Amino acid sequence: MLAYIARRLLYAIPILIGVNLITFALFFIVNTPDDMARMQLGVKRVTPEAIEKWKAERGYDKPLFVNGKASGAAVLTDTIFFTKSARMFVGDFGRAEDGRDITREIASRMGPSLAIALPTFILGLFVTVSFALLLAFFRATYLDFWGVVLCVAMMSISGLFYIIGGQYLISKLWRLVPISGYSAGLDAWKFLILPVAIGVISGIGSSTRWYRTIFLEEIGKDYVRTARAKGLSEITVLFRHVLRNALIPILTGVVVAIPLLFMGSLLTESFFGIPGLGSYTIDAISAQDFAVVRAMVFIGSVLYILGLILTDISYTVVDPRIRFDR
Amino acid sequence: MTFTLVLPVLLWSDMLVWLLVLAGFVLGALSWRNLPLRAAWRRVGRSRPGMASATVLVVFVLIGLLDSLHYRPRLENRDPSQPAAYAIEVLSVLDAMASPLRARNEKTYSEPLATRAYAKESIEVREADGRVSTTRDFPRLKFGGAHLGESEEKRDADVLKRVLAAEALALIVVVLASLGGACLLAHRQGVSARQAWSSLWKGETEFAWNAVLVTLGVLLLAWLPVLALCVDYHVFGTDKVGQDVFYQILKSVRTALVIGLVTTLVTLPVAIMLGILAGYFRGWVDDVIQYLYTTLSSIPGVLLIAAAVLMMQVIIDTHPQWFATAAERADLRLLALCFILGLTSWTGLCRLLRGETLKLRELEYIQAAQAFGVADLRILLRHILPNLMHIVIIALVMDFSGLVLAEAVLSYIGIGVDPTMISFGTMINNARMELAREPMVWWSLISTFAFMFALVLAANLLADAMRDAFDPRLAGAS
Repeated sequence: MLAYIARRLLYAIPILIGVNLITFALFFIVNTPDDMARMQLGVKRVTPEAIEKWKAERGYDKPLFVNGKASGAAVLTDTIFFTKSARMFVGDFGRAEDGRDITREIASRMGPSLAIALPTFILGLFVTVSFALLLAFFRATYLDFWGVVLCVAMMSISGLFYIIGGQYLISKLWRLVPISGYSAGLDAWKFLILPVAIGVISGIGSSTRWYRTIFLEEIGKDYVRTARAKGLSEITVLFRHVLRNALIPILTGVVVAIPLLFMGSLLTESFFGIPGLGSYTIDAISAQDFAVVRAMVFIGSVLYILGLILTDISYTVVDPRIRFDR
Repeated sequence: MTFTLVLPVLLWSDMLVWLLVLAGFVLGALSWRNLPLRAAWRRVGRSRPGMASATVLVVFVLIGLLDSLHYRPRLENRDPSQPAAYAIEVLSVLDAMASPLRARNEKTYSEPLATRAYAKESIEVREADGRVSTTRDFPRLKFGGAHLGESEEKRDADVLKRVLAAEALALIVVVLASLGGACLLAHRQGVSARQAWSSLWKGETEFAWNAVLVTLGVLLLAWLPVLALCVDYHVFGTDKVGQDVFYQILKSVRTALVIGLVTTLVTLPVAIMLGILAGYFRGWVDDVIQYLYTTLSSIPGVLLIAAAVLMMQVIIDTHPQWFATAAERADLRLLALCFILGLTSWTGLCRLLRGETLKLRELEYIQAAQAFGVADLRILLRHILPNLMHIVIIALVMDFSGLVLAEAVLSYIGIGVDPTMISFGTMINNARMELAREPMVWWSLISTFAFMFALVLAANLLADAMRDAFDPRLAGAS
């Protein structure tokens, strides 16, 4: 097992290098630092001196890969690639346009993001699995049919509608909770309850349909027929046999998303004014803060790869038939 | 001197849209020659929800196609000796057909079917004795219900009259269409018209004609009144700058279709080629291709799109000389967005195709072909590609609705289409702040969401019907 995890971690290294190269290519080769400087400074103030000054302040005035003027190891280290891209591997993301340290900013914003994403994830999983189990219990009845119709309809509604509609109805019309904002500590619940509820509701459609097919597939298997032949009640069959077996594909399917919970949700956070990583990313995009976007791309891929590794490990944990020792 | 009234303009996205139509026909013809695929198409045709949603989609596609024929109108030129001059503005055939909607701009917000504006203004009133006084009142709209003149109280009667007339016309058209359909069916099957009529409505026909006719009827009943009203009223109200919301919705359809379809079209060749090569040749080719798509797919989609769009914006802003008109810039930005969305979405299809090819290449008929010494390229084209078509078709329809929804979100974040291009996303973005107004402006947001819902729901239902018909694992069950 340990050897397997170690091997998977080793596999992750070339992928991370690839991601790093892609971001480097996107941010420094497709557009040169000169273009970025012109963009940031605006059309009016662009002079060659201003561009040079902008680049020097941010350390973009170095050569891309090889510094011919330096000597020794500095030939490779005193370059944009090394200072801007390679340093990301050790968690050093440099500074944002406003001069703040990105690494520290990310660390302080992870909490609010998790406060929204984690309850949404757990509650959403519980609600959708229960709903799917209900539909599977009433399979091939009108309840099942209209349940699936409801799911397809809910899938077809834009996520923006759920947020805007929920905010209007709950916060503006009924004045139950504040429209947006955040506070640290226990007071946060009244800011969190609406975004979490909306996050759960907007996810119901597609996940329920997906879990329902998993349940139906499992119900068609031989061991379920055997269980029924033994005289077990339908409830016992569903909860003791079908649910436990169907949870294997469901859980292993959602494990990949767990590390990404740290990133938060772009839309929810910006609509509800939560100071998390999602709204940080949105702000960086609208302010065209390239350093922050680059950092978020890299962190996102690290978390995703972590999720893939966790998925593989979770397979071996929940399903003893799967072995990776070969 | 020329007598042409218009100068046709071919935007890049128009070209891709028409290429897509052509590709659709070619794909249809190819899959019609392939027996299992033809059987699958027949199953789609039998599915009533599938055909009902297809009817709705056809209407959307027709709107989109009309909006993809662009031209520049000729300017009025008094001097016949001068060469003809054309307007800088690029219009489409849809614009020409909807010119009453496009040209009749009010000053600002007005409610659906309103004759007066939404907010009070100071109006100068000339009294009987010639004095001019100012009062605060809702000003009369310039175009909404202008034909009523002073007698605004007649609006309800006028609306009712138009709706009833349109409904009557719709009913007549529906009845005639179903009678005509029954006669055609009777003629083709060699049965009496009465028999054809009853089998048509009992759903005993090979093709779900009843679903198509019912959907058509509902569409006509719902939309003929709107068309009858939209000439003289703003049926869905007007937005902040006084533009008709109905016109904006019609224009959004094309943007949504381009995003949903062109994106898949541009990714299809890459995904198919790399997927087949990886699965068929295995070894180092497989390793390289797998590495490529694992790396790309490990960057969360929104972030990769955000990074790429930011870079595209820098390119567009630093090279203004590349674009002759604003329409051209918006158009190229739309296409670039399609390519960027494609960059993140080809990996899933590629992985599926690789897996299926791995399975296929172990089958006896492929091994027999290899043993006969058939060239690899020929095996790929003749024996593997046709057997992957069902996956490609399913992926094409399944991706569509997701892409339409994604466009709205991306435009909201500010990394979607050009702000000057009318799309569901930009409409939602503009209408979002209006909810905070007192009294609230609800119509543009609600109608945008309603149309988007109709489009996406129809696409989802058709995708379900097609997946059930094309997926060999599910085909036997239904």
